[in-house]
Amino acid sequence: MNIDKKLYTLKYSPDTQSHLNPDKEQCKLCQSKNCTFICPAKVYEWNEEKQELIINYENCLECGACRIACERKSLGWQYPKGTKGVTFKQS
Amino acid sequence: MLKKDNKTDVIVVGAGPAGIACAITLARAGKDVVLIERGTFAGSKNVFGGAIYTQPTKELFPNFETEAPLERRSIAHNYMILGEDDSTTISYRKQGNGSYSVIRAKFDRWMADEAKKAGVTVVEQTVVRELLKNGTSVVGVRTELEEYYADIVVLADGVNSLLAKQTGLRKDIEAKDVALSVKEVIKLDKEVINNRFNVKDDEGVIGQIFGGPMLGILGLGFIYTNKDSVTIGLGVTLEDLVKNNYRPFELLEQLKKHPSIAPLIDGGTLKEYSAHLIPEGGYKRIPKLCDNGVMIAGDAGMLVNNLHWEGTNLAMISGKLAGETAIEAINNNNFSKKFLSQYEKSLRNSFVIKDMKTYKDLMDIMHQRQNAFLNYYLKKINSFFEMFTTVNSVPKRENYWTFIKTIFTDRKISELFKDLWAIIKLLWSILV
Repeated sequence: MNIDKKLYTLKYSPDTQSHLNPDKEQCKLCQSKNCTFICPAKVYEWNEEKQELIINYENCLECGACRIACERKSLGWQYPKGTKGVTFKQS
Repeated sequence: MLKKDNKTDVIVVGAGPAGIACAITLARAGKDVVLIERGTFAGSKNVFGGAIYTQPTKELFPNFETEAPLERRSIAHNYMILGEDDSTTISYRKQGNGSYSVIRAKFDRWMADEAKKAGVTVVEQTVVRELLKNGTSVVGVRTELEEYYADIVVLADGVNSLLAKQTGLRKDIEAKDVALSVKEVIKLDKEVINNRFNVKDDEGVIGQIFGGPMLGILGLGFIYTNKDSVTIGLGVTLEDLVKNNYRPFELLEQLKKHPSIAPLIDGGTLKEYSAHLIPEGGYKRIPKLCDNGVMIAGDAGMLVNNLHWEGTNLAMISGKLAGETAIEAINNNNFSKKFLSQYEKSLRNSFVIKDMKTYKDLMDIMHQRQNAFLNYYLKKINSFFEMFTTVNSVPKRENYWTFIKTIFTDRKISELFKDLWAIIKLLWSILV
């Protein structure tokens, strides 16, 4: 089963602004791009052409793994606003 | 209740087991307490493997077994050692009521409702962004909307605890000290679950999974039975995910396809996918748990006993003890670090810190010997049983000696000694 189908089971109330804000200059220097594979919701994708991260923050499960795994410790990470983000009903 | 000046006795941040335990302890003693939760309701952002423990839960909610929304009463613990395509399972089974599987969105919500009944003011859908300080003392919190003041702030805001970091009590977490866990709740008919797991309607099974797709990496899998669903998941240290470029959900897909696991969830439909970090640093990573006007409880204080899969109980009891210290502090009108250190002292005298101390060397040894204990020996256990059960007209003694020889041919003798030494060291540190 692919990740999109998994995420489809979740209830989200997405904000209009991202709660995940990487330092784009640091991203360009980043070698590992850990966030692009460790994220359990595949929030991050690297756009080679534009040399920047695509951030599907609406899919975020708010686990915090990307913040810790960030090689350059340059990921601005905060919880979404009180009424926003993911709601787990069965976990 | 908040008084006119937006001040209360205690603010608790985070409505999980630690925060709710703390808040209800205070409210029952007649103290004013505000519990702030960022989710739509208590439980809506809370994720764990699957079971809560009866004895510690009873300390806080004596009637929870008849009143709380529970799934199944655990009557068996299955330890499953997976090879690449085989497995060995040890199952301990006994009727009892030591733990129950629960759905957090239901159970935590119920706990929070109990807290409301006891007089706790529960403020939901509110994120605490910052701690308010007066000199070196924490005097309140700033949410998105306003400032709340309190004599004491208890941080029970979970593993990421950005607030504990703000206090300076906790350093940033390192990738080797947390596991990233992903899980799926898979819908299956009650009767199907009963048949597959050999249980009755209200009885459940806890499965702890070693190896499989996690052979050689520091990670474990789990299975819990709910009323009409089965939870399957795994947790791997973030460090190992990063090192190996693993996607956590792909590991879970592999686990679900393992020939010993697939039949258990066959035909089920995915109800919900989720992910969460688990503090795995152990005793050595516990931060200072109090300062002037502030205490830290539960996952925010890294209080998890990973070997025994205990977390919610450490959270509940640490929350309760923080609540008891806060009551004393209010009665004495003393909110200094020195006074609040009574909390750390009572944690040290309880099983919480004692247990964590017992396993203080576990993670270091596991990090050093993970390929031995989470790959080589797991496979060896399976190959022993493969040899033992094979009928091939070769005399058994020959089979035994072939097996014994492999131990010395596929692993250096120096490594075998190091493994043995690690086991002795670990056992010594646990028992003495």
